[in-house]
Amino acid sequence: MVQSTVVSATILERRTVAGEPLRLGNELRDLMQHAHLARQLVHRDLTIRYKRSVLGFLWTMLHPLLLMLIFLVVFSNVFRFQTPHYETYFLSEYIGWIFFAQTVTHVMAAVAWNGPLMKRIRVPPSIFTISATISGLINLLLSLAMLFVIMLIAGAPLRPTLLFLPVSLVVLAMFTFGIALALAAVSVFFADVREMIQAALPAVMYLTPIIYPISIIPERWRPFFKLNPVAYVLEIVRDPIYYGILPTPLTMTIAVMVSIASVVFGWMIFSRLAPRFHAHV
Amino acid sequence: MRMSDDAIELHRVSVTYRMHRIRSLKEFTVRTVVRNRDDSRVYALRDVSLRIARGESVGIIGDNGAGKSTLLRVAAGIITPTAGMAVSRGTMAPLLELGTGFETELSGRENIFFNGALLGRSHEQMEAHLEEIIAFSGLERFIDTPLRTYSTGMVARLAFSIATAVDADTILLDEILAVGDASFRARCDERIQRFLTAGSTVLVVSHELPVIRHLCARTIWLSQGAIVGDGASDEIIDRYERERGG
Repeated sequence: MVQSTVVSATILERRTVAGEPLRLGNELRDLMQHAHLARQLVHRDLTIRYKRSVLGFLWTMLHPLLLMLIFLVVFSNVFRFQTPHYETYFLSEYIGWIFFAQTVTHVMAAVAWNGPLMKRIRVPPSIFTISATISGLINLLLSLAMLFVIMLIAGAPLRPTLLFLPVSLVVLAMFTFGIALALAAVSVFFADVREMIQAALPAVMYLTPIIYPISIIPERWRPFFKLNPVAYVLEIVRDPIYYGILPTPLTMTIAVMVSIASVVFGWMIFSRLAPRFHAHV
Repeated sequence: MRMSDDAIELHRVSVTYRMHRIRSLKEFTVRTVVRNRDDSRVYALRDVSLRIARGESVGIIGDNGAGKSTLLRVAAGIITPTAGMAVSRGTMAPLLELGTGFETELSGRENIFFNGALLGRSHEQMEAHLEEIIAFSGLERFIDTPLRTYSTGMVARLAFSIATAVDADTILLDEILAVGDASFRARCDERIQRFLTAGSTVLVVSHELPVIRHLCARTIWLSQGAIVGDGASDEIIDRYERERGG
């Protein structure tokens, strides 16, 4: 990295070799050069999409808000007795899930949408995944702020463990980014992957204890629920908000490992497929 | 590594595309399982090697589908070759297709910043050149109206102005000079000459042979993805015209 930066300061050299995956150093250098583009893409994601609507920016929030409301009304009665402050229990993980699901969906759409662009201008191919993840994160932070307001109104305690939350969010963002990279790349080649993921996402959500407490699952089925990586990454978000505890070292370790694996695996797939994007978009 | 001063090097570059493209995971799975995959390919470029030194002005000619645009995209690093290697050195200003990277709903002014960002320019750079870009494009009166109200020629003028406002080591032009009126073309010409004087490399794809003769000292003639002529522009273009005529 350091070496290539020194060289490029004098003259920028770019090699594209048949059959070679994208090089991480080159991609990072390109991304740095296109930082302004990333900012513009995020800005566009957050505003221009809704420029003409009366509610403007609020539209971005309205969809998850409505869903939240429906789930809350439906399930708070079901789980009220075993789960105090059900709204906080549910929302603390649900907003994390929405971030994950929306970002993954959004990235696949963004790559398809910007395909013609990638064919004609040299932009770092991962920039659309990065900007979609960043705009997702901004939405997540806004949802969190709303959650705190809801907690205050409902009388749920805001605990000092909230200070741990940034760590959880970084882990969640890494996990999401890795999966998004892999899916973005694969969906360029196979258009039907998008629909398959759309169908799979709700299934994954119901297999994760987001809207229900894990205690309703019969003891003998619980080991299977422990195999779901999404559960760990979301649990470390819920722990400091709802339970007011830090995640156990085991949970934290698994969550961090899963996130690192996700980024490594995502980049492996993306870097191998990206050089062939131009023939498929 | 061997040091070289060439702006662009292509080493035995081939670019191929599948005749039959599989578009879905479903189809891919089925065809792989029943071993019924059509792997036949068409060549867009076939074993092309060339070197373009810094400061050269090179024209690329050939019939439709000869691989001219593909060659430019490989040089720009947009297309990774199917075989071989491409090397480019220095910053690039690619002008490959009209209307690329423009948002029709945004105004001309907003598009200057968006398009600049796509080319890897910073907001400050675009800010610094804003007035010059607007003046050069001659679109002062329309710069705050949405791009969808522009004619093709107006978009071309804006695109050229943006891409060439900031100095670049290499400029790639794909049929860009064909649009725009006489006075704009004269200004383009002047600007390209200025780049050449400053030591930039210029690659021009065009069907307008007089333009190539005038701008480029060297011309490469492509036919069916392969180089069939490479040399002094007058010589190559004369040969091309003779063969096309007879």
